[in-house]
Amino acid sequence: MTQIHVSTTINGDAGEFLCEPDETLLDVLRDRLGLTGAKEGCGTGDCGACSVTVDGRLICSCLMLGAEADGREVTTIEGMANGETLHPLQRKFLEHAALQCGICTPGILVAAKALLEKNPNPTETEARYWLAGNLCRCTGYDKIIRAVMDAAHEMRGA
Amino acid sequence: MALDDKHEADGRVFKVVGTRPVRPDGIDKVTGRARFGADMSMPGMLVGWVLRSPHAHARIRSIDTSKAEALPGVKAVVTRKDFTAESDDVLDNCMAGAKALYDGHAVAAVAAVSAKVAKQALKLIAVDYEVLPHVTDVDEAMKLDAPVLHKDKTDETVPAGMSKNVIQRFEYGHGDVEAGFAEADEIVSRSFKTAATHQGYIEPHACVASMGPDGQADLWVCTQGHYMVRNVCAPMLGMDIGKLRVTASEIGGGFGGKTTVFLEPVALMLSRKSGRPVKMVMTREDVLRATGPTASTSIDVKIGMKKDGTITAGWAEMRYQGGAYPGSPVQFGAMAAFAPYNLKHVKTIGWDVVTNRPKQAAYRAPGAPMGAYVVESVIDELCGNLGLDRLSVRLKNASTEGAKASYGPRFGKIGLTATLEAAKAHPHYSAPLGPSQGRGISCGFWFNFGGDTSVSLSVNNDGTISLSEGNPDIGGSRASMTMMAAEELGIPYDSVRTIIADTSALGQNEVTDGSRVTFAVGLATIKAARDAITKMCSRAAKVWGIDEDAVIWEDGHAKPAGPNAGKFPPMSLAEIAAQASNTGGPIAGHHEVNAEGAGVSFATHMCDAEVDPETGAVKILRYTVFQDAGKAVHPAYVEGQFQGGAVQGIGWALNEEYIYGKDGRLQNPGFLDYRVPVASDLPMIDTVIIEVPNPGHPYGVRGVGETSIVPPLAAVANAVSAAAGVRLTELPMSPPRVLKAIDTARA
Amino acid sequence: MVKVAIWGSLRVATEGRAEVEVDAKNLRELLDRLADAYPGIKPQIDRGVSVSIDGLIYNDSWFTPIGRGSEVVLLPRIVGG
Repeated sequence: MTQIHVSTTINGDAGEFLCEPDETLLDVLRDRLGLTGAKEGCGTGDCGACSVTVDGRLICSCLMLGAEADGREVTTIEGMANGETLHPLQRKFLEHAALQCGICTPGILVAAKALLEKNPNPTETEARYWLAGNLCRCTGYDKIIRAVMDAAHEMRGA
Repeated sequence: MALDDKHEADGRVFKVVGTRPVRPDGIDKVTGRARFGADMSMPGMLVGWVLRSPHAHARIRSIDTSKAEALPGVKAVVTRKDFTAESDDVLDNCMAGAKALYDGHAVAAVAAVSAKVAKQALKLIAVDYEVLPHVTDVDEAMKLDAPVLHKDKTDETVPAGMSKNVIQRFEYGHGDVEAGFAEADEIVSRSFKTAATHQGYIEPHACVASMGPDGQADLWVCTQGHYMVRNVCAPMLGMDIGKLRVTASEIGGGFGGKTTVFLEPVALMLSRKSGRPVKMVMTREDVLRATGPTASTSIDVKIGMKKDGTITAGWAEMRYQGGAYPGSPVQFGAMAAFAPYNLKHVKTIGWDVVTNRPKQAAYRAPGAPMGAYVVESVIDELCGNLGLDRLSVRLKNASTEGAKASYGPRFGKIGLTATLEAAKAHPHYSAPLGPSQGRGISCGFWFNFGGDTSVSLSVNNDGTISLSEGNPDIGGSRASMTMMAAEELGIPYDSVRTIIADTSALGQNEVTDGSRVTFAVGLATIKAARDAITKMCSRAAKVWGIDEDAVIWEDGHAKPAGPNAGKFPPMSLAEIAAQASNTGGPIAGHHEVNAEGAGVSFATHMCDAEVDPETGAVKILRYTVFQDAGKAVHPAYVEGQFQGGAVQGIGWALNEEYIYGKDGRLQNPGFLDYRVPVASDLPMIDTVIIEVPNPGHPYGVRGVGETSIVPPLAAVANAVSAAAGVRLTELPMSPPRVLKAIDTARA
Repeated sequence: MVKVAIWGSLRVATEGRAEVEVDAKNLRELLDRLADAYPGIKPQIDRGVSVSIDGLIYNDSWFTPIGRGSEVVLLPRIVGG
């Protein structure tokens, strides 16, 4: 099978890559582009560890083909901080100890950022349901939710 | 046991310990920079894939790998023949020998230039199986007519005339339970079942192995113990352990499931045969089918109680299946089940049974949650029958200092009563409940232990500290080590950097398990710091020309001990460090020890649940954890352990189970149908940290990581039983089971 | 002489006794002498045991001293997760 040539923008940088027709976007990010922040926890779209946004929409990159990224804008965890300056969500996660092993953290941060872009003032229930697609086995979600609500509060300029 | 109330840390004002600084590995983890098992690549790397048995039980007559080896792009194929080391259960589990013993058992592996080629190659391997009858249920496996897995593993503790699937028998206790039951006003006898569950770490097993033609090898792996990986894999490959250097990546969860090896010996063998680095990563399906879930159990329990709430006798017979090889954690269940209670008459019997399921691995307080589930459920029922307050009864019977544990020793200073009293005083206990809502309580216990530990603390020329320890950080322990070093040395937290060194850099380190790291590595860190302090004081003494004994260490400075020692201004750690070369050479402290003196940890959990009587669905409304931590070095990480363990227990109680078909194959090897708790299932998990210092640690630390998973099964079951109006005796309490219990009770 | 508590399923090797006496000054001597005096216990000792001495659990430390009045309890090898 010949490889497919893809032109895309990743974290604001235009770029190109070759991939197999059946390669997922997750595989491309991790194995071809060196962006190992997105993780494969299940390969079937059930755990959310591979979360990225494509054209502003939150998706599981294990459920999208690399070829489908052609002409689109992909944002990953690596694009969340601005140089040395962490995003408020990243800061709040550290402050609230909202991570233990950290494997789910990139996916949850990407998902939480997408939530706050859509709904800057979520209730606890809304935050929990939005993040229901991101599994965490270490924290029990308590400190994660607190961190998200606190970041939302700060971002609203309170 | 000395009943002295004083602890060496009494009256000490801690400056760093007990605060909540940001953890040193935090930035990497929130930016995606942190490197986990599958995040490593090496030049020339091949990809390894495993061929797994589709049969639950089969004799392997032959394996023909010739077509796979001939496929372009395939660089090595491995089967059990390649492992010439002496056979043992761990090796047999990594690569099947004469028989495939469970659906998913590895039978061969290939290394190829791409995953695509590797998967094609697997299809070309011809395995000639003779399919045999299988058994997956623990009680079925004990029957004399059950298919037998091993003819010769049953040991001397098992009476004659039992199935060869029964491997070992345990018995604990003291007193005379029959006499105890005779004194009871109320006796409850019940049988319970729990399903097998998986630790559920989000990161699948992954490693990169690189063996050179000179027989030296490097291995990058996500593991709870890279020294264990080295010590286990090297002999399997016929290597001296010193020739294998293992580096631990960041680990995406373990909970006991990564305290053994699965892929690693295979990756090393593929690398040896191909002459290139080989990367192997498990799929989620592989993880569920072929790593180490915990045991499923079938337990009978009988407890007697007087009208005044005194428990007069406790008895349990526990049958655990640990998969295809011996080693279910039944003995810990049998030892820990009644541990929270001070009983004159207690007896527990445990049976270790094998079945055609994957070989079990440790899961957070192995064996104990199931034991607590059955005992705490029956105590709950007895309290209900006698109209007694559930916390008062537990307080009345609680194990205290000096009491003889159900498993033998007398307890030292323990915090169970403190957790019960905190529970009783907490607003959760008196909060009102609505219709179809119920409250459940449970106590729980875990042993904790120490083990081999090596820590090295180097003083850098600028006065900062490099701390090397050998325990993969699964919960934030680097932060705690940094804090303890900073505390002892009297310097800021940010001056210390803690890393996890590879196996070539330190002496042996026991696996990160047994809730041992904050206790044992912390103890070694404190002693290594004190060792460095002794050396720095000696340098200051040289510079001042006074006796070593005349120098003390205070607030990060060496000082003359008193006015008679001489009038010298204090020397800071940084100043001493800057002059190290001049005063004798580089300064480092270290400590190697087989740490003992770990303190046990008790907890009480309280859970409110609501049952939907039409669907059987359960909603957890409120949950509070009360647990003794001895001394909380970093309170946020202690809270995190409480919350994480409680939620794993909630999942175990409500939804998680291994479902096998009649064909012996696992039906739900994915996160859709192996349903772990998600954020929308849960409320906030409230925590209360109790601190009854452990005399065996300089700051009083007790391990906390495991005890928190012991009470939730019963706390949730008691809440659901109260809410549903009927006693649930089988886990998980998924909606169909709850509905069936409600409908049966109504009929 | 030190008193050692033996768990239920091992008592077949000690003629049903829940407690036996051994002449031992440390953990290694304790296990060696137990195995000598009660050969039926040796397989379990070889499989692995922990020893509780005055309430603290020891795994392999041979030279852990055992005093005459110490409470010693033989336990299965404790592992965690």
